[in-house]
Amino acid sequence: MLGWQDIKQRYKRSKVGPFWLTISMGVMIATIGLVFGNLFSSPMADFLPFLTLGLILWGFIFSCVTDGCSAFISSASIIKQLPVPLPIHVFRVIWRHCVILLHNLIILPLVYLCFLKPVSSVALLSLIGFVLMAINVSWMALLFGVLSTRFRDVPQLLQSFFQVVFYLTPIIWMPHLLPARASTLLLSWNPFYHMLEVVRAPLLGDIPALDSWVISMGMAVVGWLVSLAAYGACRNKIAYWL
Amino acid sequence: MAHIKLENASVEFEIFEASSRSLKRQLIQTATGGRLHSNAHQRVVIKALANVSFSFKSGEKIALIGHNGAGKSTLLRVLTRIYIPTSGKATIEGRVSSLIDISLGMDQESSGRENIFIRGALLGQSKKEIHEQLDEVIEFSELGQFIEMPIRTYSSGMSMRLAFAISTILKPEILIMDEWLSVGDEHFTNKAEGRMNSLLEKTEILILASHSFDLIRKTCSRALVLQHGSVVFDGDVEAAIGYYHQL
Repeated sequence: MLGWQDIKQRYKRSKVGPFWLTISMGVMIATIGLVFGNLFSSPMADFLPFLTLGLILWGFIFSCVTDGCSAFISSASIIKQLPVPLPIHVFRVIWRHCVILLHNLIILPLVYLCFLKPVSSVALLSLIGFVLMAINVSWMALLFGVLSTRFRDVPQLLQSFFQVVFYLTPIIWMPHLLPARASTLLLSWNPFYHMLEVVRAPLLGDIPALDSWVISMGMAVVGWLVSLAAYGACRNKIAYWL
Repeated sequence: MAHIKLENASVEFEIFEASSRSLKRQLIQTATGGRLHSNAHQRVVIKALANVSFSFKSGEKIALIGHNGAGKSTLLRVLTRIYIPTSGKATIEGRVSSLIDISLGMDQESSGRENIFIRGALLGQSKKEIHEQLDEVIEFSELGQFIEMPIRTYSSGMSMRLAFAISTILKPEILIMDEWLSVGDEHFTNKAEGRMNSLLEKTEILILASHSFDLIRKTCSRALVLQHGSVVFDGDVEAAIGYYHQL
């Protein structure tokens, strides 16, 4: 409910509201698509849908985790006054970005229409994939939210980390362009690739590899255990750290 | 039955300097065996509450008296379950509601009606509960048509009236207040006074931090005097006020 509030706030003052975000995302996709599509001389009909999905989903992961870092810090005044369960502040961030993601997804059918790309029934698998992704992103947001409240330089560290991962993960380049040796390193060992793959591949008409499912689920389980342990240990201290 | 029991509860704040707030520093420190930055471990600790013990039973109305910085607000936050004591034990049983900052969380751009839901959610009420009390709140706040307008267009009196109307629909067992709430013009003040009194009747335990002795004499049956984070007096209201003046 509070997440909706954040979105509504953006709608209030401007008629286009959160679609400003969608527009800027669209412009970014078009630019990167033009430059890198020509650079790699990939056929646009394959590259552009791939890029669109990658950028939108990456935007979701990135902003959930980096905003999750400040989830407690920016709600400091509420935390210090009202005994609201703390994870609510994190879920508010996740919910807000889910809504923004829905706005951004509007670009997708446009791109598909441009290239008359068919959508197969496999695409439904991406719903399950997205649930997995959301679960993964939530534990990251909670864990780093706790850490950032104690160590205030965590958000900066994470931001540079994510910038590196962005280039290491096939988002603006397609995996088949890699030589075989590099691909094991950059793909098999990259958890973010698997997280993206379970959502992206079905929408592009492929069934994600079993590895991707297993790794995404494994991450969700292990991640939540770690995150809950850290949260449990620090729960009583968060109010003191603010 | 609501009751509160503190046993040797202390609240200590660690003051993080810029250096110990940094993860990078801490990592370097571990890597260099802690020699280079040994000062990072000299922690500054502020004791906001020291070994506080008391128990409040249902039916008591307690006043907290003390100078600024004596630990009143910290104690109120312990009682609201925001600060969990760093040592000792705090047992708080019952639905707690705090009327410290009644307009906290309200959103300037949203309408009065939407703000009722936001505030209600923050106070732990379900959507259904809020729906049931919606009309009562709107009527009490006397905002009329203005309830559909964003609250940034309200006068300060109007938004206080709304905040008051929302915050007092709760039925807490333990009520925590920092000074008395008084809002609006004369007409509304009287109405608010009536609402406050009926709220007090329904609450089992009242904890009121105040500098107004008249108010304390009128409402409370027991008073605690705080000094430097310790309870230095606990007992009858008149005796507590006398003790406080001698401090």
